[in-house]
Amino acid sequence: MTEVQGVSVHLQACAKTFPDGTRALEAVSLDVARGETMVFLGPSGCGKTTTLRIIAGLERPDAGGRVLFDGEDVTHLPIERRKVGMVFQSYALFPNMSVAENIGYSLKIRGIDRAERAARVAELMALTGIGGLENRSIDQLSGGQRQRVALARAVAMRPRVLLLDEPLTALDASLRERLRAELNRLLRSLGITAVYVTHDQAEAMALGDRIVVMRSGAIAQIGTPREIYFEPANRFVAEFVGAANILEAEAGEGFLALRGGRLPIGGSAKAVKGNVVAMVRPEAVTFVAPEGALLTGRVETVSFIGDRLRCTVVGVSERPLSIDAPNTISVSPGDQVGLSIDPDAVRLFPKESA
Amino acid sequence: MMKTRILFGLQLVFTLLVAAFLIVPALLSMVAGVTVNYFRGIRSGVTLDWIGQVWTLYADTIGRSFEVALATLLVTLLIGIPAAYALHRRGGRFSRVVEEIITLPIAIPGLATALALILTYGGFGDFRRSWLFILAGHVIFTLPFMVRAVMAVFATIDVKTLDESAASLGASPWRRFRDVIVPNAKPGVLAGALMVVTLSLGEFNLTWMLHTPLTKTLPVGLADSYASMRLEIASAYTLIFFVMIIPLLVAMQMIGDSTRLMTGRKS
Repeated sequence: MTEVQGVSVHLQACAKTFPDGTRALEAVSLDVARGETMVFLGPSGCGKTTTLRIIAGLERPDAGGRVLFDGEDVTHLPIERRKVGMVFQSYALFPNMSVAENIGYSLKIRGIDRAERAARVAELMALTGIGGLENRSIDQLSGGQRQRVALARAVAMRPRVLLLDEPLTALDASLRERLRAELNRLLRSLGITAVYVTHDQAEAMALGDRIVVMRSGAIAQIGTPREIYFEPANRFVAEFVGAANILEAEAGEGFLALRGGRLPIGGSAKAVKGNVVAMVRPEAVTFVAPEGALLTGRVETVSFIGDRLRCTVVGVSERPLSIDAPNTISVSPGDQVGLSIDPDAVRLFPKESA
Repeated sequence: MMKTRILFGLQLVFTLLVAAFLIVPALLSMVAGVTVNYFRGIRSGVTLDWIGQVWTLYADTIGRSFEVALATLLVTLLIGIPAAYALHRRGGRFSRVVEEIITLPIAIPGLATALALILTYGGFGDFRRSWLFILAGHVIFTLPFMVRAVMAVFATIDVKTLDESAASLGASPWRRFRDVIVPNAKPGVLAGALMVVTLSLGEFNLTWMLHTPLTKTLPVGLADSYASMRLEIASAYTLIFFVMIIPLLVAMQMIGDSTRLMTGRKS
């Protein structure tokens, strides 16, 4: 079933100050394209939920901020007239209604007749894999089933944009992974514009066409999952998304001067001189023979974590270097090792960026 | 072993004595209502005459009591549920202050509340003479019970998110209130409703001050019969009151239990 639908969402200088004076959001501007899944990622209190609630119409932006759906200004429309679908972290299913009544509620409000409603509800229940539960009451459902009912209910009236506020956080880890894949398939097949809030980077990577990384009420970076991971805009994004080695060093003539030797840097970074902050992902570092290696150090710890080895090596930089190595090699604590790092995998940030 | 048995026996006897102390007067009073001559005791025979006489003398007070109780219920529902919702949604110190003010009539003697009503509205003759004056007093006295019962339920469910999710589905504020808020407050509304009806039926202090000879309620009639009728008639009257009020009390207890079960399952 493909229902290409949804609008583009444009936020224009949306800031939010709560009545008690707390500044939850600095003026944020961004675009979500039609049919795109945009994930807001960040630690708690970063403003991601506030942004979602502004798009939903549950919060008004401070004066000057505007919310546009396909160019139409909806800033002053209350949520019930914005035609958005919303999935809450707690699901907020109505305990006084059956599963089918929950899913069909938005259709009932719009005055759609019983037969058409029943058909649409059945279609949605099949789509989300909860067929047969029509007459169950909400407290007879498992966590995963509730999540699906919440999702089916939110998309029943073909919303202009689907908003999801940490919809998988309340579930246990194994179920979360399965539902994540299912949600991904569903969002693609619906082709709906979706805004998804999470603090889980794996979820953000797996679901987002693009990710907005937020920090203390402001956008730290917007980009595709690959851009966010491989080309973080600053140290915060590098450290928040995935594991990162942060190296503070002197740069010059295409090298970083480290305690354990010289690290070649590539591309445009070659021209950089002076004090820099560099980032290297643990999986970008490979072990080589110590003889003739540009970088050397001593293995401090080795943990076997199944699909890989996570090692720390000291003597290379100020802080121990984390390295993810294939699970087939053999290294032990105390070994002298040489290290090789692809110059393109080294990302430099200006020193002042925190 | 022996010692625990003796201890248990003593406790049992003590409990039974206390229970008897409380129950025997009620039983005696009810028995008196069907005894031909109380001073000669039950040997004088059993009769339903007294109940019949109570009915001819006081049927109107019984009817009026039910009228007042149902009207009180209606008004407390109409005011109490929205008030509880508003207080819950608003929260904070202001709401607590309002809640305390609403609750004051429970602490203040009924006579004082009634006096205040008479001082303020006594001049409105038609109002003063009608049963609506008693209704006003009963609403003031019972409203806190409704508000508190409903608020207690709101505290156990996430009303704010339920309201927001209904709004996201397109429901107007009124539809949200009708379709989602009130149905989910049902255990509290039921508990509050039974409380209000029971309290209104039995209310004496306020009503005694507010009533006129033409607007007597059951408890006022009861006081009247104790003062001016044979003891048997007053007792028969008590019997009628018991018969009316006990099913309500039992229902209240049952609803209380089912509410506790429900909230217990949620946690």
